[in-house]
Amino acid sequence: MSEPLLSLRGVTKIYGQVHANSGVDLDVEPGAIHAILGENGAGKSTLMKLIYGVETPDEGDIYWRGERFEVTSPAAARKLGVGMVFQHFSLFETLTVVENVSLLVPGSKRELISRIKQLGTKFGLEVDPLAHVHALSVGERQRVEIIRCLLADPKLLILDEPTSVLPPQSVELLFDTLRRLAATGVSILFISHKLEEIRSICTHATILRCGKVTGNVTPKDFDANQLATMMIGRDMPDLAPAKEVEKGPLLLDVAHVSLPTDDPFGVSLEDVSLEVRGGEILGIAGVSGNGQSELAAVISGETMLPRAADGRLSMMGSDVRGIGPAARRKLGFAFVPEDRLGQGAVPQLSLTKNSILTAHSKGMVTRGMIHGSRATEFTRTCIANNDVRTSGASAEAGSLSGGNLQKFIIGRELMLEPKLLFLNQPTWGVDIGAAIAIRKRLIELRNAGCAILVISEELEELFELSDHMQVLHDGRLSGRFKTSETEPKDIGRAMIGAEEAAQ
Amino acid sequence: MIAIEFILAGMLAAATPFLLAALGELVAERSGVLNLGVEGMMALGAAIAFITVYTGGGHVPAFIAGGICAMILSLFFAFATIGLHANQVATGLAVGILGLGLSAYFGKPFESFTVTGIDKIAILGLAELPLVGGLFNQDIVVWLSLLFTVALWYVLTRTKLGLLLKAVGENPHAAESIGYPVRLIRVGAVAFGGFMAGVAGAYASTVYTPLWADGMIAGRGWIAVALVVFGTWMVGRVFLGALLFGAVSLGGIAVQTVGLAIPSQLLTSLPYIVTIVVLGIISSNKRLLRLNGIASLGEPFEK
Amino acid sequence: MRTFALPKLVRREKASLPILVAAPFVALAAAALSNLVLYAAIGVDPLAVFYAMLIEPFTSYFSFSEVLLKAGPLLLIAQGLAIGFRAKVFNIGAEGQFVLGAIFASAIPVYYPMASGAWLWPSMLILGTLGGLLWASITAFWRVRLNANEILVSLMLSFVALQLLNYLLLGPWKDPAGFNFPQSVMFPFDALLPTLLPGTRVNISLLIALAVAIMAWFFTQRSFAGYRLEVGGLARNAARYAGFSQNGAIWISLLIGGAAAGLAGAAEVSGPVGQLQRSISTGYGYAAIIVAYLGGLHPIGIVFSAFLMATLYIGGDNAMVSAGLPIAAVNVFQGSLLLAYLIAITFVRRRLVWPLRATTETVAQP
Repeated sequence: MSEPLLSLRGVTKIYGQVHANSGVDLDVEPGAIHAILGENGAGKSTLMKLIYGVETPDEGDIYWRGERFEVTSPAAARKLGVGMVFQHFSLFETLTVVENVSLLVPGSKRELISRIKQLGTKFGLEVDPLAHVHALSVGERQRVEIIRCLLADPKLLILDEPTSVLPPQSVELLFDTLRRLAATGVSILFISHKLEEIRSICTHATILRCGKVTGNVTPKDFDANQLATMMIGRDMPDLAPAKEVEKGPLLLDVAHVSLPTDDPFGVSLEDVSLEVRGGEILGIAGVSGNGQSELAAVISGETMLPRAADGRLSMMGSDVRGIGPAARRKLGFAFVPEDRLGQGAVPQLSLTKNSILTAHSKGMVTRGMIHGSRATEFTRTCIANNDVRTSGASAEAGSLSGGNLQKFIIGRELMLEPKLLFLNQPTWGVDIGAAIAIRKRLIELRNAGCAILVISEELEELFELSDHMQVLHDGRLSGRFKTSETEPKDIGRAMIGAEEAAQ
Repeated sequence: MIAIEFILAGMLAAATPFLLAALGELVAERSGVLNLGVEGMMALGAAIAFITVYTGGGHVPAFIAGGICAMILSLFFAFATIGLHANQVATGLAVGILGLGLSAYFGKPFESFTVTGIDKIAILGLAELPLVGGLFNQDIVVWLSLLFTVALWYVLTRTKLGLLLKAVGENPHAAESIGYPVRLIRVGAVAFGGFMAGVAGAYASTVYTPLWADGMIAGRGWIAVALVVFGTWMVGRVFLGALLFGAVSLGGIAVQTVGLAIPSQLLTSLPYIVTIVVLGIISSNKRLLRLNGIASLGEPFEK
Repeated sequence: MRTFALPKLVRREKASLPILVAAPFVALAAAALSNLVLYAAIGVDPLAVFYAMLIEPFTSYFSFSEVLLKAGPLLLIAQGLAIGFRAKVFNIGAEGQFVLGAIFASAIPVYYPMASGAWLWPSMLILGTLGGLLWASITAFWRVRLNANEILVSLMLSFVALQLLNYLLLGPWKDPAGFNFPQSVMFPFDALLPTLLPGTRVNISLLIALAVAIMAWFFTQRSFAGYRLEVGGLARNAARYAGFSQNGAIWISLLIGGAAAGLAGAAEVSGPVGQLQRSISTGYGYAAIIVAYLGGLHPIGIVFSAFLMATLYIGGDNAMVSAGLPIAAVNVFQGSLLLAYLIAITFVRRRLVWPLRATTETVAQP
């Protein structure tokens, strides 16, 4: 066995009371594609931050080629030869590709352009060096990130959930690139919670649970279920299969809606049509940045369509053009937004005050004055009924974990007894236990006749939940797919756009 | 005609305090920090520079002293907002009030005193031209300011430092994650802005109107802040904006020489009213602001 | 091994109430200390200044009444501004709104110098309130319709307001019998606010200010409208998500701020001044910004900070007379007080952590 490129011994990182990592040991061999597997909140990101020097460990040591190193900053890590591709890219939208690269790699502009092109052909990472980053698709941006790392000639490349932003076809392309890279001797740390991916590409896997290493395996030797058990510490719970429910009335009717954006970095919606009936879950798939936030804002009323806008936008049978979120809630609409802190909840306010945000019409306001005890009562019920782990109704929303806050927000919206529920990325960043609880709730609601619209980047989730799917690509919505008669690759084709797929 | 000749001759000098302060603020804002204390920093720079010249220190040391004192003030701002994430708007106001207070405090014994300005340098051949000749007869600071404007334009648009500043202003988290010391860069940008505000004040009190009077900056620092918005964070446009305000501030005097019966208060108000109007025109173009604006402006940078 | 490391700033799980309460006092101490050094530097006896500024105002009935008189307008304006600041609408043009309030209120006695009756001063206050409100509505319109920064617009309007005042006093509103001084006619008796404390200049505007403080408390702490503004200030996207109008928040914030400043301006001309003159603009509008922050943007806190700031004004005047301190020292003190306070309150939600590494290294691993 060759000497490991990177070794961690007993690395511990503590935030307040939480042991994000405790006593982690890790060895990465040269040329290995090494997975760090764990569910949300298991401590994967913290571990990467420690290796990349964003944070420093409270205890333990990091060795680089057998020598102890203190990685005090990303700059120091880069000097060692560590490159990182972030899940939320660290690119600058207003700069061009080559400008982005030049911030990290020395050399004249002309030199860099030719090196970008060279690398592009060598590793299958073609991108226009003079394009502005804001004009690139998410997949192209990822290529830029990888290129930028590769130009610095790294020995170790860290990729944080790299496939979460890619349509299935592009995942294969990325894997091809990674294999070619590994063949040149570069080690790759591949962070993921997607088991099949890890089995198909990784040579080693270190499994994290609650900040501790629970396994060091060769992923090909195990099936997905066994890996999952190691990852979450128990068997994967199965969702109760959705029973066929009689379809109810048409509760959300969007037809031929267009919305040109006045934001130069935004996406325009073009001729969007969708409908959701009672007792039905419609899933909207697509790679983020294809108009999801714009579509969500139009449906929630955060962006109001002019009263005289073309097309149709109605809820529960009433026209909601020119009507804001509060009025839509009165019709029986509820919405769980993508951004939990800062949109779905105000981090600095108590849970009670956060209840008032959308549930004020539940008797919390009389003659313009807030009825504090009613809000508290509502909040306590919400906490109790939704298994929200918190110190109580007066806890600040910002002090809750992602999963618990999401349970609170969904609970609050469900207490509005909606006829039509809309969720944007309902389980993003939520631990598996909470995610499954949320999905279960949604299916129960559907069975009870509620109309549900879900936007999600996670295809698996949509396949599990929805009766029908549509795909958002470049501001346009595809036709309806019936989930039970659809394969992921059909959706994948729509995700990169019909025209591109035809090529 | 006389009025036009008068405006053309004086426009550049009148624009210089606006220009220098605005360019300094432009650099600070490009890094993502909104420092509203420009007025106070200018006033402090003006007072210190005036005292330096009056007590026989000469103009060059006066500009340096004024710049450095204003820079020290801006470092208080940087410590509070960048080091401790204090609210940038409120802290800017606090520093502004402090600067104005300090300028009056130190300047008190020198109230209404005057000093001699500096000589003008004419460009031979051009300065004798009819009508526009005055444009080519300016003091050295004006000429240097023009050079400085070009140099700053070059640095911000053509060098890696400029790129870095833009990157930090757009997305400090990304800049940090690829290894740049975001806080240090911002402190540097704020300090630069402070120094330039001090120099702008020094020019106002020792060259443009070489006398000390409490409150002599009279909102020029605030107009400089507005100029950065007018210029949509671009050097060239800020320069044009400064020229416009130089001309407007002379307009009042010019109109009086022509003999129009307009209340002098309205003429004094003209720069402020023009600011309000232009601010409305530029800001209503949201697309322009979004395209050129600084994404992280005013936001505290926290991990 | 590092020998030197900067402490890190870490977010607290929950805002610290003790620090929130202590912050103004710590700031006051820090500002006082640093300013006394400054006074000593120019040869003024720091102890004499300290006595004149913070003790002397409370040594006589009259000087204390002067503190109360100063506190009135500061309290009024700051309550209005704080509502806006909480919503992150930065109206810093209260000085101009104050001046417009004074001008509007003066219109009645200027045009009807012989007017009399119990209706006179109340209608002046109402007119003044309206004046401040109208002046602030220009800023609101610019912000909502034209997306213009309200800080710059409101401030520029203050400069314009001052010129408007000058124009009126030098031109159409100048007292014909006033020896060419830039001031209006003296107001008739019924245009003046009733005195509250006999033998002093304290009038009922102080009661009005306290009443406004109570209303502000109900508005910010109990009303749904206040809640909507607070959400908008803390998290704009959450307000949008809830369906609270951002434009509405801007209008309400600016109109309340303008109305309160206008009322204060009206109370100034019909109170201690008794005519419209240039000296009514003494920077209350700017000082009130400091009062609002120092009071933690909370209606009760502002009551205390208004009295503190008023004390500093009267004390500053005292120090000028008795200790020979330049009057600008008050502005220096105000600026450093606000700066110190803003630094202090950052620790309400954050704390310093000294690097752990050093301590773990001293604890030898077995």
